[in-house]
Amino acid sequence: MNTNTPLYELRNLSKRYSRGGENIPIFDNLNMSIENGDFIAIMGPSGSGKTTLLNQLGGIDKPSTGEVLFEGQRIDNLSQGQLAKWRSANIGFIFQFYNLMPTLTAAQNVELPLLLSPVKKSERRARIATALDIVGIGDRAHHRPRQLSGGQQQRVAIARAIVADPKVLLCDEPTGDLDRTSADEILKMLQVLNKDMGKTIIMVTHDPEAAKYAKTELFLDKGEFIRRERK
Amino acid sequence: MNNFSLVLSNLGRKKLRTALLVISILIAFLIFGVLGAFFKAWNAGTDTAAADRLIVVNKINFTVSMPIAYYNKVRAISGVKNVTHASWFGGYYQNQRNFVQSFAVDVPSYLEAYPELVFPAGQKEAFLSTRNCLAVGSDIARKHEWKVGDNIPLKSNIWRKIGGSDAWEFSICAIFDGDEEAVGANYAIFHYDYFNESKSFAKDMIGWMIVTSDKADNNDMVAQQIDELFANSFAETETSSEAAFNKAFLAQVGNISLILTLIIGASFMTILVIVGTTMVMAITERTKEIAVMKTLGFQTGRIFSLVLAESIIISLFGGLLGLGLAYLAVSAIGPMMATAMPGMSMSLQIVLIAIGLMIAFGFVTGFLPALKAMNVKIVDALGKS
Repeated sequence: MNTNTPLYELRNLSKRYSRGGENIPIFDNLNMSIENGDFIAIMGPSGSGKTTLLNQLGGIDKPSTGEVLFEGQRIDNLSQGQLAKWRSANIGFIFQFYNLMPTLTAAQNVELPLLLSPVKKSERRARIATALDIVGIGDRAHHRPRQLSGGQQQRVAIARAIVADPKVLLCDEPTGDLDRTSADEILKMLQVLNKDMGKTIIMVTHDPEAAKYAKTELFLDKGEFIRRERK
Repeated sequence: MNNFSLVLSNLGRKKLRTALLVISILIAFLIFGVLGAFFKAWNAGTDTAAADRLIVVNKINFTVSMPIAYYNKVRAISGVKNVTHASWFGGYYQNQRNFVQSFAVDVPSYLEAYPELVFPAGQKEAFLSTRNCLAVGSDIARKHEWKVGDNIPLKSNIWRKIGGSDAWEFSICAIFDGDEEAVGANYAIFHYDYFNESKSFAKDMIGWMIVTSDKADNNDMVAQQIDELFANSFAETETSSEAAFNKAFLAQVGNISLILTLIIGASFMTILVIVGTTMVMAITERTKEIAVMKTLGFQTGRIFSLVLAESIIISLFGGLLGLGLAYLAVSAIGPMMATAMPGMSMSLQIVLIAIGLMIAFGFVTGFLPALKAMNVKIVDALGKS
């Protein structure tokens, strides 16, 4: 990858949904680039296309037209199988409702992404322990999600997102289900991951307080970027 | 953690549901195992029939007798290696509920025709030389606690002795067995001469003949010659292979094979629908988790395999438990049924067919849910918060 190549580049990105025979645009001709190591908060009202944009960046949804480039390579034209492989290598996902597997322990949840890579069992154990320690929940490794608080569950979800050492963390309202104190802890953790571990973080949020933790704030409304603030 | 532990963790998600599914499948394979053993015993006569043995009966009906003179005439036919004959006695011991399936036979030629009957040392010779000897199968001896040396009367609803008595005195001088489990040891045989000289009617008549051809390829030719020999006589004959005769005999009761197949089929279909529907519901409940796995990078093929493996494991677990219970049931019932239906046991063939069915059952019930899981759309599923 050329050193000047942005991590992400969106070219004339459009997304429309067909509902009841009607073609509903979510966004139209979006252009932007995201640099490696950035921490971006995407804000905007409900229905502005924030999550849809995040889905394009994560390769779990495809644009109607336009291109999504990651490290200079198009990902919008990859097959589902190729995208799955690409996601497991490059992306960590953090969801609003944690989305942990209820039947697995915290450690087993964190282990899930490692089942997709040829990591040896001993190394796997070490990585899980490290990931859980980073998020400060090493002592809850053998607890199941229902035995953890919301904040603890989100920490496990973050550990799961970072255990395979992806370049990017995509966070969809990661503090939307948490109280202020827990939310601040999670956001500080994301800041540490961005500053100290060099993870590029793209976070969708409604919460202006949460957005303050990001380096860049992007405002999306009616499918258009209306403001970009860099701190 | 590996794929297997992932599958097991999902099976442990709703323990009651998994237990009920296992019980449903257990019942299906319990039925299959018990009826399979019954089916095997029912068809044992056909399965153990010798390829070179032919049965000659009266063309009117196999219960109608034929002259003993036929016996010597058939021996002279080319391609015939051995001929023997048997007559139905239809005996009972003490009261009519103690039925003893018994036949009057020409002992030397009968034992030559049925080499699969095994006698303890010296007993075969004793049977050959003792005129009023009753050779009993081990199943009957066990049931009535008879032993060699016992003198017992057998009564017949058909045959009366000269003088009017219906009690026939026998001395048990041999207890035989089959050389394999499926060969019946649930009947008794005695000398035709002893029977013929004492019976009050139908003298010098026999029930049927058992012909051994010099090779199985000659069966049709020999059968044709026999039937042609007695064509247009007062007792025309019908000759068929032993297997065909046994099959036709069983068919008189009804198409048991079809009935058993329908019972097993109905139980399997019912449980197939129950398990299949439950599996679809279980996967629908997990749509979001499957979407998360796909988001993490799990390939669709792997998701398909994981879900399919759940069904196959449930099916194998329930099936093997059911088969185990069927084995216990058959082991308990088998000895009790030995005199009426020998050879009722769980064969390796039944076990192998059952395991094949378990895998097929798991595949069929898991295929649709696995397909559904494979096709989960991440965006749609994650949108359902």
